[in-house]
Amino acid sequence: MESLLLISLIKFVAYVAIVIMSVIMLVYAERRVSAFIQNRLGPNRVGPWGLFQAPVDVTKLLFKEDIVPKNAYKPVHDLAPIISIAVALSTFAVVPFGNTIELFGNQVKLMIADVNVGILYLLSITSLGVYGVTLAGWSSNNKYSLLGGLRSSAQLISYELSMGLSIIGVLMVCGTLRLDQIVLHQTTYLGGWLPAWNIFLQPVAFITFFIAAFAETNRLPFDLPEAEPELVGGYHTEYTGLKFGLFFLAEYANMFTAGAVITTLFLGGWHLPYAENLGLSPTMLSVLQVLTFCVKLVLVELFFIVVRWTIPRFRYDQLMNIGWKVMLPLTLANVLVTGAVILMIH
Amino acid sequence: MGSTGKIIRKKDLTIWQKSYIPEIVKGLRQTITEMFKPKFTIQYPEERFKPQPSFRGRPVLVRENEVERCVACGLCSRVCPALAIEVQASETELEKERYPIKFEINMVRCIFCGFCEEVCPEEAIVMSSEYELVFSSQEEAVFGKDKLLMTTERLKDRLEFLRQNR
Repeated sequence: MESLLLISLIKFVAYVAIVIMSVIMLVYAERRVSAFIQNRLGPNRVGPWGLFQAPVDVTKLLFKEDIVPKNAYKPVHDLAPIISIAVALSTFAVVPFGNTIELFGNQVKLMIADVNVGILYLLSITSLGVYGVTLAGWSSNNKYSLLGGLRSSAQLISYELSMGLSIIGVLMVCGTLRLDQIVLHQTTYLGGWLPAWNIFLQPVAFITFFIAAFAETNRLPFDLPEAEPELVGGYHTEYTGLKFGLFFLAEYANMFTAGAVITTLFLGGWHLPYAENLGLSPTMLSVLQVLTFCVKLVLVELFFIVVRWTIPRFRYDQLMNIGWKVMLPLTLANVLVTGAVILMIH
Repeated sequence: MGSTGKIIRKKDLTIWQKSYIPEIVKGLRQTITEMFKPKFTIQYPEERFKPQPSFRGRPVLVRENEVERCVACGLCSRVCPALAIEVQASETELEKERYPIKFEINMVRCIFCGFCEEVCPEEAIVMSSEYELVFSSQEEAVFGKDKLLMTTERLKDRLEFLRQNR
């Protein structure tokens, strides 16, 4: 029992450190990749290849003055960024980044919380994220912030639906809500050679989930809550210093989590095809699997970044059209077809 | 493009085109190829920008055979739209008979228009290729003859350019 507690504690500390560092590195990656796309170099002065730029920026934000507007409602104004970052970080807890390993005689699952309703936990926590944004917009007492917050809530609600519905397809295929079971289900092979990743079994769900993930993380094709030309900075217009930093980190943490969830649900999680036939020792294999997970995650994040610098922002009515008239029917049809195919097989 | 291009209306598009997918793929291909192209950035303190002869850097006085070409006619000072140039003439034993005993350009006022160069009958004031101008006070920004004189060798490219394009 005690060793279990210790293991949980170690996992928790390592997880928080890793996630926060990766999120900070993600900011650096975004700046660097966007610079390359625009034929620039991007930050390359602080440390080797400019790697320390993002940590230095975060440190700068920590020391900046915290300004609260005179007419803002201070308790909520303070609370909003905390909600945002807490939600963004806690979503990652159920994502498995490796197979179960044996450590000092204990079976250790490489995830923080083995929740038996993992996906439901994920969906419910991500829906809480909208509170942070909306409360920030409302409590700032600024019309642009309020508009940003409102847009955000409208957008999140419409895309949450198609996100949940596209997950249903995955659930029907895998028959479980546990994320590690879903990954295990994807380690088999279709027809003996194609890995049974859900991207091959549920391509429509994959695409709709991906699009919804863009909307959920407020990334560029759908970044209306903070559309700079229209809304100054959107919901975080009135935030400075540490609180602004928290919003900023929350945004990237959301992106990180979205990437991890996509990897887990659709891209086979930690599964490296044919690696189990190589005859490696169990330790080597699990190291390889964690690495595989990281590589897949990085690729998904890179795709997120490249898309941001490729596709212009949607208009608000286009956003709602896609959400309700395209995504929703598409995901519903996907659920229907998946159900019919499963019925036919059995 | 322009008037010759066929106008495409939304109703003419096929469902495949309306789905945004082909255009998104095209765009992604563009950004990803752009990523691997050479960069335009010049890393300033290590690498420096080498201007073309047509570049208008800070104005300098041409020094030929250890003495300035300037005859202190005052045309540059007259034409200067920013009133940055001050000239005081004096006599000399040389063939040109006049020379500027004092020639000052206030580099805070100078707008690098090149009118002084254009108006000069002796080709004595030209725009150099120097663009690094740093001063810590107003007084320091007033460049006297000591800072303004530059030999013909260093101004070769610009003088050649002027000869061809004037």
